[in-house]
Amino acid sequence: MKTSVTGGKSGSLPESWLKVSAAGLWCEPGGFHIDPHRPVDKAVLTHGHSDHARAGHRRVLATAPTLAILKSRYGDAAAGQVQALAYGEEVRIGEVGVRLVPAGHVLGSAQAVLEYRGQRIVVSGDFKRRADPTCPPFEPVACDVFVTEATFGLPVFRHPHDAEEIGRLLHSLALFPERTHLIGAYTLGKAQRVIALLRRAGFERPIYIHGAMEKLCRLYQDFGVDLGELRPATGAQGNRSGGELPGEIVLAPPSAIAERWSRRFAEPVTAVASGWMRVRARARQAHAELPLVISDHADWDELLQTMVDVAAPEVWVTHGNEEALMYAATRQGRRARALALIGRGEEDETAAVPAQSGEATLL
Amino acid sequence: MTPFAHLLDALAYMSSRNGKLRLIADYVAHTPDPARGYALAALTGELSFAAAKPAAIRAMIEERVDPILFRWSYDYVGDLAETAALIWPVADSPGSNRPPSLDWVVEQLAEAERGRVPTLLAGWLDQLDATARWALLKLVTGALRVGVSARLAKTALAQWSGVEISEIEEIWPALRPPYVELFAWLEGRAERPSAEGLAVFRPLMLSQSLEESELEKLDAADYLAEWKWDGIRVQLAAAREVCLFSRNGDSIGPAFPEITNAAEGLLGVLDGELLVLREGEVASFNDLQQRLNRKTPSTRMLDDYPAHIRLYDALELDGEDLRQRPLVERRAALETWFREKRPRRMDLSPLIPFASWAELAELRANARAEGIEGLMLKRRDSLYVAGRPKGPWFKWKRDALTLDTVLMYAQRGHGKRSSFYSDYTFGVWRTGENGEELVPVGKAYSGFTDEELKRLDKWVRDNTIERFGPVRAVRPGLVLEVAFDAVQPSTRHKSGVSMRFPRVHRIRWDKPAAEADRLETVQKLL
Repeated sequence: MKTSVTGGKSGSLPESWLKVSAAGLWCEPGGFHIDPHRPVDKAVLTHGHSDHARAGHRRVLATAPTLAILKSRYGDAAAGQVQALAYGEEVRIGEVGVRLVPAGHVLGSAQAVLEYRGQRIVVSGDFKRRADPTCPPFEPVACDVFVTEATFGLPVFRHPHDAEEIGRLLHSLALFPERTHLIGAYTLGKAQRVIALLRRAGFERPIYIHGAMEKLCRLYQDFGVDLGELRPATGAQGNRSGGELPGEIVLAPPSAIAERWSRRFAEPVTAVASGWMRVRARARQAHAELPLVISDHADWDELLQTMVDVAAPEVWVTHGNEEALMYAATRQGRRARALALIGRGEEDETAAVPAQSGEATLL
Repeated sequence: MTPFAHLLDALAYMSSRNGKLRLIADYVAHTPDPARGYALAALTGELSFAAAKPAAIRAMIEERVDPILFRWSYDYVGDLAETAALIWPVADSPGSNRPPSLDWVVEQLAEAERGRVPTLLAGWLDQLDATARWALLKLVTGALRVGVSARLAKTALAQWSGVEISEIEEIWPALRPPYVELFAWLEGRAERPSAEGLAVFRPLMLSQSLEESELEKLDAADYLAEWKWDGIRVQLAAAREVCLFSRNGDSIGPAFPEITNAAEGLLGVLDGELLVLREGEVASFNDLQQRLNRKTPSTRMLDDYPAHIRLYDALELDGEDLRQRPLVERRAALETWFREKRPRRMDLSPLIPFASWAELAELRANARAEGIEGLMLKRRDSLYVAGRPKGPWFKWKRDALTLDTVLMYAQRGHGKRSSFYSDYTFGVWRTGENGEELVPVGKAYSGFTDEELKRLDKWVRDNTIERFGPVRAVRPGLVLEVAFDAVQPSTRHKSGVSMRFPRVHRIRWDKPAAEADRLETVQKLL
């Protein structure tokens, strides 16, 4: 018998009601999955990245922006029936109380707070702790079990202030006014945050975006996020001898930088905005000339501080560098467990540049 | 420290030469003395202080960070100074002191006894951010590696100030960090510093490649011929002190103490080829490479790879400037001087007698000795002119060797070539355990036109069978005829061989991959 944070007495272990099934995290007494990686009957989605929000579930519960993102990406195939839940609003699913609380990761991102027989488990999804002009900040909720990511679960990952990184970008733009500044950024979340940060830093010129970002940027604007004037990066100008859009900022998905698409620009300075840019070998692998350490995931200090803030005696780690985070959690006196969820890390920066590149094995 | 750290960080990632020049000029324009001078010295490798050893840095970290977390982190990052910089715990009361400036750091380190270095470092690391910590640790371990040569740094100063680079290079040996008088001159606030009595680098005279069709327009009687030695071009400047310069004006004297010792007491500026010489025989370039890789050689290296200069020209002798005199006169002066002084570890590059171009062509065709790259032709009346004037000097290299190889991997380039698969790893056939297989023998990223590059890039994209990061493995289906200067044994390559200066000679769109060359053919060239 142990005392839970809600003050109730509970005899059952948390793993008896929240389990890892073939489709992902499965809440048995509620009959629903959280961020399942294959179609299920009932799903609670923490946010819109495709490795968390897949198409084809019969019923989906999520915040309104997350549902809008799902719809924008998959159209009518997104889900059967959807239910929007505001931050803080509580519903009961089966025997389980469910609340969504801001996670600070991207627009609409939420932690799922689950309560069952006096126990509380928080499934945080992906999260970060620092301010982001495009979404409300992470709210720590005291719990018995905190389910956390560990994308940047090594003490070398301590992200700098984003204003400094934007400052370096603007300095480079001033120093190389004849070159296009081409920024690789994930289409959902990172791109809009970088744009919003540029606006905050006083950059008022139009920002040019890759076609793959247009719908999501419009969606952010519809939800009231001010991104200033955006223009399509292609087709705006005819061919110029030195390349198109000299001295302008262009955002594109990281993969597009390597594609023929990027050849149209004026001797581009290739910038990549990602937490992985903290490590030089990774930045070089990404061919970044201007690596910008801007991340939507908690860094090492934030991961550790969050475990303290939610005061959870037990921590489950979903994906990332589990080993070091579990070690650190144990050193804080918590029980730690790796869930090793599959299918994570296919969108956004969870998709680490592979630790070993092919380059080293050649020759 | 922070502006310097930003410069170093930006330089490390910037691939274009022009970009690097602009970054340095921007830094110099916005940074006061003496910090900018020390930064320049750090970039050109002219700072000296008690360097910290990696073991000392490791010990500092292990006092402050959980050793298991440190080990995992180091495994992940792969570089000690970088790991230490990233993982360094933030001080409890940051901001109690101002972050140290670069000049403060350099001046303190110059005075500090080695034993005090860790304490000093720890204090500074507590006050700096991650990028500045990285720069500091790279600085104190003496491993900047940001791709800036002394020549590039001086070029940046020239561009920024509008002063000719040759004028900067001539006075460089008279200058010491932090170069306050240099900046005063470049900013028009003071007279040009004087370099009288010092060993000074004189910009070199360079040759053009000979197009054989040009020969018939030239009169053989106007030219002297010498072998083109397979070493590196150097300039030996001996005055009150002795300096050995690379062709770019980088000082390489400390790496070749036997040469600078041998030149003690001489007075002159000599042009020649640096070689490894054993019992009068020129050793392979690979042997010289062993010495070039070391900033200061061990006694063993000095014994195993003895250095030597083969002289071919003199710019100054015994205080007299010869550059405005014709080559034949300079050569005569050099020969007389050499007979009188008999300097150790030097000899004269012999002149090759010849009566006609045909005779010379035959000599060239039959020259297969290790140390010879081809021929040099120099007009008898040529003055010593800095740069690469058209006409007076030609290099006539031995014909390159070529092989038909198969494209195996392609990697994306940098800068302008970021979206092109422009770096090609190629292989040849051998019989392995499972039958015929390709084994890589080299990598090339030049020798094709922009149009060909577009076509190669498309071929790579259309024939990719696997991707690893920026690299694509391709179906064995494209034959590249590769030209190279020599084949060397190599322990670093799977095939056991490596090539010198490989470049794409022709793209054999027509040739089936199965008809490319075999490893045995390559081994015969060793």
